[in-house]
Amino acid sequence: MDFGRISRRHLLQGGAALTLGAAAGARPAFAAETTIGFIYVGSRDDYGYNQAHAQGAAALKKIPGLKVVEEEKVPETDAVEKTIESMINLDGATLLFPTSFGYYNPHMIKMANKFPKLRFEHCGGLWSDKDPKNAGSYFGYIDEAQYISGIVAGYTSKSGKLGFVAAKPIPQVLRNINAFALGAKLANPKATTQVIFTGDWSMPVKEAEATNSLIDQGVDVLTCHVDGPKTMVENAARRGAFVCGYHTNQSPLAPKAYLTGAEWNWEALYPKFVKMIAAGESIPNFYRGGLKEEIVKTSPYGEAVSAEARKHADDIKAKFLSAEGYAIFKGGLLDNKGKTVIAAGTDRGQKDPELEKMDYLVEGVVGATS
Amino acid sequence: MADGSIGLWTVPLAVLGGAIRVSTPFLFVSLGECITERSGRINLGLEGTLVMGAMSAYGISYLTGSPWLGVLAAGVAGALLGALHAGICSLPRVNDIAVGIALMLFGTGLAFYLGKPLIEPTAPRLPAIDFGWWSDIPQLRAALRINVMFLIGVALAPILYWAFRTTRWGLLIRTAGESSDAARAMGYSVLLIRLRATMVGGFLAGIGGSFLSLFYPGSWNEGLSSGQGITAVALVIFARWDPLLCLWASLAFGGAAALGPALQSVGVTSGYHLFNAAPYILTLAIMIVTCSPKRTLTGAPAELSITR
Repeated sequence: MDFGRISRRHLLQGGAALTLGAAAGARPAFAAETTIGFIYVGSRDDYGYNQAHAQGAAALKKIPGLKVVEEEKVPETDAVEKTIESMINLDGATLLFPTSFGYYNPHMIKMANKFPKLRFEHCGGLWSDKDPKNAGSYFGYIDEAQYISGIVAGYTSKSGKLGFVAAKPIPQVLRNINAFALGAKLANPKATTQVIFTGDWSMPVKEAEATNSLIDQGVDVLTCHVDGPKTMVENAARRGAFVCGYHTNQSPLAPKAYLTGAEWNWEALYPKFVKMIAAGESIPNFYRGGLKEEIVKTSPYGEAVSAEARKHADDIKAKFLSAEGYAIFKGGLLDNKGKTVIAAGTDRGQKDPELEKMDYLVEGVVGATS
Repeated sequence: MADGSIGLWTVPLAVLGGAIRVSTPFLFVSLGECITERSGRINLGLEGTLVMGAMSAYGISYLTGSPWLGVLAAGVAGALLGALHAGICSLPRVNDIAVGIALMLFGTGLAFYLGKPLIEPTAPRLPAIDFGWWSDIPQLRAALRINVMFLIGVALAPILYWAFRTTRWGLLIRTAGESSDAARAMGYSVLLIRLRATMVGGFLAGIGGSFLSLFYPGSWNEGLSSGQGITAVALVIFARWDPLLCLWASLAFGGAAALGPALQSVGVTSGYHLFNAAPYILTLAIMIVTCSPKRTLTGAPAELSITR
């Protein structure tokens, strides 16, 4: 029995119904149930990475005719292949979202080759020409939102010292740290951003210690790049420091201390993907974007954010949204050892592949990558 | 200082603060394990007990609004897991280490399963006592915001030391641990003594878990323990089954855990992985210095399956 073909047909039928329904102004409904599978590496209500994806899945659940199946805490091993197979064979899933970075190679690739008629969408931006055509990888330029957070943090900090609790010195994390630091310098040229690496994605005790150490050093606004920002947000707020969130909106945890945050906007992207499939379009295998493409967003400003900070941040946000865009990493950029990393005159726009290889911390960041 | 920074003083202060903040779970688990091992059994399942304690404490605190009820619930959950361990080990030809590993997986698995809906809500936390009121350095005041459970743990260590030496119960536990034949000859049930010792050990480990979720880092999530329970079990061997040494070892581990982030915060950034590994390097170094192929570990209860 060819599950792939049947499911594909279901999906197309469903898609046609959706478009027809929408065109007739009626409640869009899929003729047959289409099943979409979501796989998370951690818990889906972690106030972090996984919750952001789960919010995207929740947006799909609201579309009639779509059925969403989810599985949490699937390790980045063979286990994810088993989960994918059971979602396909038992639940009839035709579109799969294995959301964690490490699911891609070799696990998702293997599954995409095994089920060539189904669609696989991975979060992380790893797709290359050699990979199966029914696999795709999407990612967001969340450093744009971190840049905005940096501006707000720079205005809010009284000491001019900002803190960043980071997991590992890999390019995506360094890019976020650098964008935050550059944003802060836009608000206050003397602002420094001190970074502490905890060594892994989820180390609550280390994250709490890092938060306390930074505050002991006079840091008064903190942000982070770890899987669950809850520990940092709660501990910083307890010590009276301000925080910028990450992954999702953490303001319910610390309403007074929360300034803004860099959030994923999967609840806007995933319905877009489903609509593209329903309309018979193919989703680009390599899908990326930032604020303009609605893949990332910023949290609403907290009450502690001054009018001046709001105005400056909104101005820059408008530039990101404009047609010509805005480059965070502009030429004449020094790293924190005094070496020129981007020569004067070259602007590295968001899509520049050089930025994907980032291995430095910019001037104004206190810390080292190794 | 004018800008509110205290420069290099951060490091000793963070180590002090870390010793106070991070050491409490180590302290409770190692004291609990100390009692269990002194009675002649090893309960490796305390990692599971710690996580289960953290989850139950958070859940009960959230549902009832009273963190102290949460602490009690954590202790009861720990004692039940201890009873399960002791119960299974009472059966003939059962290996306590294997049961411990099984219970470690059972405890963490059960806690993750039951704790699913607790990740998002915020539960009331345990209060802290401000011991730094005399100082006008905010960093010092922050380091000296001490939870009462730390003080209980610190007091418990000398009490246990004294109890093992002089009280009837302490001597009975030691008899069961040194020679079960002697305990039996005196007319005591070794299994019953070990059941109670394991339950008390589990009770303390559960309370240690409640500190993690209700005080520091202060919320329930699945990475909360990251191996602290198992480290604390190893700590007991490291402390030579002596409650007072357990206290010092826990403080050293807590301080060492704070060293990595603190050094990074003052700008010592090279080799932070090495500093993050400081507690483990410390263990290895002491193990190597103190071990000898010629004799068994000093202070080890003779009935333990690892020494027998």
